[in-house]
Amino acid sequence: MNLTKHLAGVVIASTCLCVPALAQTKLTMWYHGAGNEVESRTLNQIVSDFNASQSDWAVTIESFPEKSYNDSVAAAALAGNLPDILDVDGPVMPNWAWAGYLQPLPIDESEFADFLPGTKGVWDGKLYSVGLWDAAVALFARQSTLDELGLRTPTLDKPWSREEFMAALDAAKASGKYEFALDLGMNDQAEWYSYAFSPFLQSFGGDIVDRSTYKTAEGALNGEAAQAFGKWWQSLFTGGYAPGTSEDPADQQTGFIDGKFAFQWNGNWRAVATMEAVDDVVFLPAPDFGAGNKIGAGSWQFGVSAKSKHPEGAAEFIKFAAQDKYLAAFSDGIGLIPPTPSAAKMTKNYKDGGPLAVFFDLSKAQALVRPVTPGYVVQAKVFTKALADIANGADVADTLDAAVDEIDADIESNGGYGHR
Amino acid sequence: MAFNPDNYGLRLFVRYLVLCLIALIFIFPLVFMINSSFKPDSQLLADTSSLRAFLPVGDISLDNYFGAFRRAPVGLFVLNSVLVTGATVLLSLLICSLAAFSFAFLRWKGRDVVLSIVIATLIIPFETIAIPLLLLVSKLPWIGLEGLQWGWLNTYRVQIIPWIADGLTIFLFVQYFKGLPGELIEASRVEGASWWQVYYRVVMPLSGPVLATAAILKFLVMYNQYLWPLIVVQQENYRPVMVGLGYFFQLNVAWGEVMAYLTLITVPVLIFYLFLQRAFIASIASTGVKG
Repeated sequence: MNLTKHLAGVVIASTCLCVPALAQTKLTMWYHGAGNEVESRTLNQIVSDFNASQSDWAVTIESFPEKSYNDSVAAAALAGNLPDILDVDGPVMPNWAWAGYLQPLPIDESEFADFLPGTKGVWDGKLYSVGLWDAAVALFARQSTLDELGLRTPTLDKPWSREEFMAALDAAKASGKYEFALDLGMNDQAEWYSYAFSPFLQSFGGDIVDRSTYKTAEGALNGEAAQAFGKWWQSLFTGGYAPGTSEDPADQQTGFIDGKFAFQWNGNWRAVATMEAVDDVVFLPAPDFGAGNKIGAGSWQFGVSAKSKHPEGAAEFIKFAAQDKYLAAFSDGIGLIPPTPSAAKMTKNYKDGGPLAVFFDLSKAQALVRPVTPGYVVQAKVFTKALADIANGADVADTLDAAVDEIDADIESNGGYGHR
Repeated sequence: MAFNPDNYGLRLFVRYLVLCLIALIFIFPLVFMINSSFKPDSQLLADTSSLRAFLPVGDISLDNYFGAFRRAPVGLFVLNSVLVTGATVLLSLLICSLAAFSFAFLRWKGRDVVLSIVIATLIIPFETIAIPLLLLVSKLPWIGLEGLQWGWLNTYRVQIIPWIADGLTIFLFVQYFKGLPGELIEASRVEGASWWQVYYRVVMPLSGPVLATAAILKFLVMYNQYLWPLIVVQQENYRPVMVGLGYFFQLNVAWGEVMAYLTLITVPVLIFYLFLQRAFIASIASTGVKG
């Protein structure tokens, strides 16, 4: 009898204890980083902490491989199978908002006031997504190379001008020590081209599309500034400064470390590995080609799916994840830039005097988000093809004009992508 | 030694030399993949510019294999692919051979027109019907242990059922069945055998080569599935090997782990092919069809 009573007591107590868990409403989240052990571990920790921190919501994660993530989301949207919380690449966000995959975040933007601009996904005046990290590109070099070639070390306040940059490449080429003066990572013809190289175009004064209306690329991608950019771009390859589109992928990973290149245009995700292999590596700001020095901005962000029945719960999770301690944990884990100065101070790499602090400053001072338009996903592909063609010797003016025609035709066929 | 075109030994030597060179071209990627799977990334990348890439030299270890298993549920992906592929191949052999039997031996109105339509489906790329098919399967009902459910997404059946019947497999069986001696079928019917008995007692026991060919071709299609599972499976539990390959392409690609993963997922294909290769070659010789 006593045993029965004891068991009954245990069952009742267990049931009572389980009530908060049972009351939690399930939220599903999709995330692009399947296979990224460190990033997944941090995200799983955040989810676990969030689920334990309150009794209203329970988030479950489904991870996808990054390369196919966007296709999976597009297919799920067609089939009406989207989750509550979506992970979205910053420049793709306007497309998903326009296509009806996302709804505006039910969070006041002021809550993210101190976040880097590139980590906030704003479309049509509304905040749709927030990133827990950002990425930046810099010119990797060795201090010893700069000293040997007698080059001034550029700074954010006084970056290299176009003439100084080309003089640096000339000096590296003339030294005969390197296979190429500059590595641009030309083999990677995915979104790298628009992320890494459109800032050069913007620094010349051009752009992928006319940002004042987002209704045409005319003048922006084939105007005087863009033509000058195109000719300069082609000269990098015809002049033998940089390997072309058939570059060995291995060289992008180890070429700079092995001393094949004097300079490398690369992202901060390669910075830690490079620092480990090259003692005197320095990360230099982008050159100023006349219209200011620019780099790309905007990485993966979290938003709420348009189909979510619990946007308030999804927003709660995003706010919870945006705490400095988690931003710092991501940064320490994957080496990317924390979005806030307070989180940066908590990290090993981005705190004041940290080895990668320069990237935070670069991101703050130089970053320009890619065109904020649903048409960017097409424009990025057109831009990539145009740059690859020019690198391979195509006529600059004709190629840029053709790219403009293609972008304008796409904008027109999509009714202007909702730009008013 | 002067070259003499009538020298049989020399001609044989040249012939084998050319054949060996061709064989090497085909086998080099596999050798590269397997050797690279044992090397650390730094050595793997450095070796790509020399013949060392094809040799198991340097810092050899199983670290990449351990890394691959840490990064992705490799066993689960292989199991899913083997399960989906195995079920589809078996069901396909049954359904397509039955359909082909009907086209080859039974007389029914509109038979030739229907066969023409079935064969015509060969010219339609899957990509063109992927989206309509996705919309269809996302709404289909299913009665299972949990009762009536709507939508087939995130299941094994959505990866199997749409792929069971296809024009190529039916066409292969029809062509093969038409080559069987008609007297055998007629004799069986005269002896009182039903059409079903003719199918499984007479026709199928004689169809080893075409069964092997159809099985291998279907196996390769199913094991290499990428687009379809990508759009109909959002849960890791049902993901096949090719979608799983994406786990290894991060901002910093771990090439050694990629090679280890590729080696691991190639093993079932090699086993399957080795198991059926004699029948496969016999079938190619008899039907002239190759994958």
